[in-house]
Amino acid sequence: MRRSPSSPSSARCIAGLLLSFLVPGSLGALDTTLPDGSADSGGAAPRHEISARPSPRQRLADVWRYRELLGNLIRKELKVKYKNSALGFLWSLLNPILYLVVFWVVFDVVLGSGIPDFPVFLLAGLLPWNLFSTSLGSATSSIVDNASLVNKVRFPREILALAGIGAALVHFCLQALVLIGALGVFGFAPAWEYLPVVFLALVVLLVLAAGLGIALAGVNVYMRDTQHLLELVLLAWFWITPIVYQYQLLADKLAEKSSLLLLNPMLPIVLVFQRGIWNHTATGPTSGGRLAGAVESNGVLPPDATLWWYLRNVLIIGAVAVGLLAGALWLFGRLEDNFAEEL
Amino acid sequence: MAVAIEVDTVSKRFRLYQEQVQSLKERIIKGHVPHEDFWALRNISFDVKEGETVGLLGHNGSGKSTLLKCVAGILRPTSGRIVASGRMASLLELGAGFHPELTGRENVYLNGSILGLSKAEISRVFDDIVAFAEIEPFIDNQVKHFSSGMYARLGFAVAVNVDPDVLVIDEVLSVGDEAFQRKCINRIKRFQAEGRTILFVTHAADTVRQICDRAVVLDHGRMVIDAEPGIAVRAFRETLLERDDVATDTDAEGDADGSGSERRRTLKIRITDVVVDYPDPSRRHLLPGESLAVRVRYQAAEAVDEAVFGVAVYDIKGDNIFGINTELLDLAVAVPTGEGEVAFCFDSVPLLDGTYFLTIGIHHPGGDPVFDWVEQRHTFEVVNPGRTDGLVDLGARVEVRGATVAAATK
Repeated sequence: MRRSPSSPSSARCIAGLLLSFLVPGSLGALDTTLPDGSADSGGAAPRHEISARPSPRQRLADVWRYRELLGNLIRKELKVKYKNSALGFLWSLLNPILYLVVFWVVFDVVLGSGIPDFPVFLLAGLLPWNLFSTSLGSATSSIVDNASLVNKVRFPREILALAGIGAALVHFCLQALVLIGALGVFGFAPAWEYLPVVFLALVVLLVLAAGLGIALAGVNVYMRDTQHLLELVLLAWFWITPIVYQYQLLADKLAEKSSLLLLNPMLPIVLVFQRGIWNHTATGPTSGGRLAGAVESNGVLPPDATLWWYLRNVLIIGAVAVGLLAGALWLFGRLEDNFAEEL
Repeated sequence: MAVAIEVDTVSKRFRLYQEQVQSLKERIIKGHVPHEDFWALRNISFDVKEGETVGLLGHNGSGKSTLLKCVAGILRPTSGRIVASGRMASLLELGAGFHPELTGRENVYLNGSILGLSKAEISRVFDDIVAFAEIEPFIDNQVKHFSSGMYARLGFAVAVNVDPDVLVIDEVLSVGDEAFQRKCINRIKRFQAEGRTILFVTHAADTVRQICDRAVVLDHGRMVIDAEPGIAVRAFRETLLERDDVATDTDAEGDADGSGSERRRTLKIRITDVVVDYPDPSRRHLLPGESLAVRVRYQAAEAVDEAVFGVAVYDIKGDNIFGINTELLDLAVAVPTGEGEVAFCFDSVPLLDGTYFLTIGIHHPGGDPVFDWVEQRHTFEVVNPGRTDGLVDLGARVEVRGATVAAATK
């Protein structure tokens, strides 16, 4: 195994930095400065204003404080989903396998996509996309689905949306493990130097899903059409993102305006996964002798893309996602005022 | 004493949409959705001090549940502030958040973390929770197989074991069987003894008298009174009657919201005065076993073929001790236009020490319609010169066998 010695630690480092940015005080002594009075300050009971609307920063701190609940809700979601089903967690693997077979037959066998190792290429893009779309789907309906809880108990409600995303993440990890195992068996190796960026892209994807999911969850309480509309939007979004076809096909159609593609925040993320996992330049023992740039020549991925190009795009989307999350928390805080009345 | 909950000029507005359907299409086409403003709460202010138990009284639609939800942090007030100190637990529904597919054990942990407990904290009180709920053998069964009683007990057990400084309770105590209710009341009394603060909603006046230090009465989203339980309960019953007065004049149909305790007064016969005649006019009380007369003076605006005059006696806790009316005595009373008097004469009142409240009513046979009604406004006093204890003199004597008895020496 060739492994760049710095990559795992740098990935952790990036994740740590991002987390500390997202969760104020997560590096500091959060537990002693709780606004909600559950800290053991010893002396007089701390006073807190129940009627105040917390700031987005405050909301994140609350979510952090309730992280144990988040874990429990994710566990509940998974347990309930596969209770009384014989195959249990296998179902979460069957879904991408079915997609794989259908798309492979249609796009590779029938239409002849010309993409080498099409199944790997497809799964590299499909798994993050599935994570994104199931996250959004379950987050959007999360508040409405848990009406009885929202009506009766006080807790940071965005946790419900995050729990949906968390459950999707667990499925994603399982699928990814199987994918990585399969790749290992068939002798494919990922692009090691790209893996930190892949990991970063995964975090950005989650932040993006959290931002959109929390906002949509709040809106859905007042306009139930949201969840149905979302299904259509996600379907269209899937097809305008190059997951089952080459990036270059789309770029060629837009010619000079191909930078417009980057308006789709999922595009850079999917591209990074494809570049890192599918990694056609450095595949397996049989293709090990290929020239670097072989991928670019067949036009599947952007031709002149460097590691820096991928990283830059992911960072831009990351910045947008963080802004979106802040905005979503602000919006959610306003919508939350009357949840108990609307449900 | 420090203030545990401070409610400061809290108002809550709801938007009532004329059409139930709130589709995106309509919002986009019309730009806005027509709505009416409805103020569920208007400028409510009161404090609950640490260690106090305060009841929120009000009929259906008075805003008491909305206020409780605002205090519990579930709804956010439109204006005003609510400040609390210490850990607060709210009990708005027993077992809210239980998932039927999960086992009792899993639900306890899930529910505990919803209420803000860590896993370690829940593990520490887990046995107490199971013991209180009395479901040891079933704790690893799915909750969907639980009886409603087990469900309620488990829900209550989790909430009270959160170890809150402030407990906010909705009308959850009305569920479950009598044994469970008594258990809950006992647990709440233990909370009180431990100096914790409780705010709870009810429309059972008896409960307020039993466990509250104070009560706040709401009517149509406004605060009527913030007073001791006895006074508050009286004010609460009066608001029902006052409300109906207005209702008969203006909007009789609209206000009949089906609340069972409502009594509409037609005032065809009006109670003008109630006089309590003590046996000895020189003192304003009677001794146990003495006689008493309650004279009800009335004015009839029109002749009524058949009217029922009734009186009920309540003790200070609000328990009904005695009630009688002319219908129960098989007396048909025809009332002509004009004034008159009906006297209820009690030859011997066996009550012991205390102040007793009288409720006077005049109504049609069967109880509907009510001509006039005065709820616990008039009282009489009993002074017990002896050393017997309790509510009623049961006239006991003692027989002793196999022991010698002599008058106790002091």
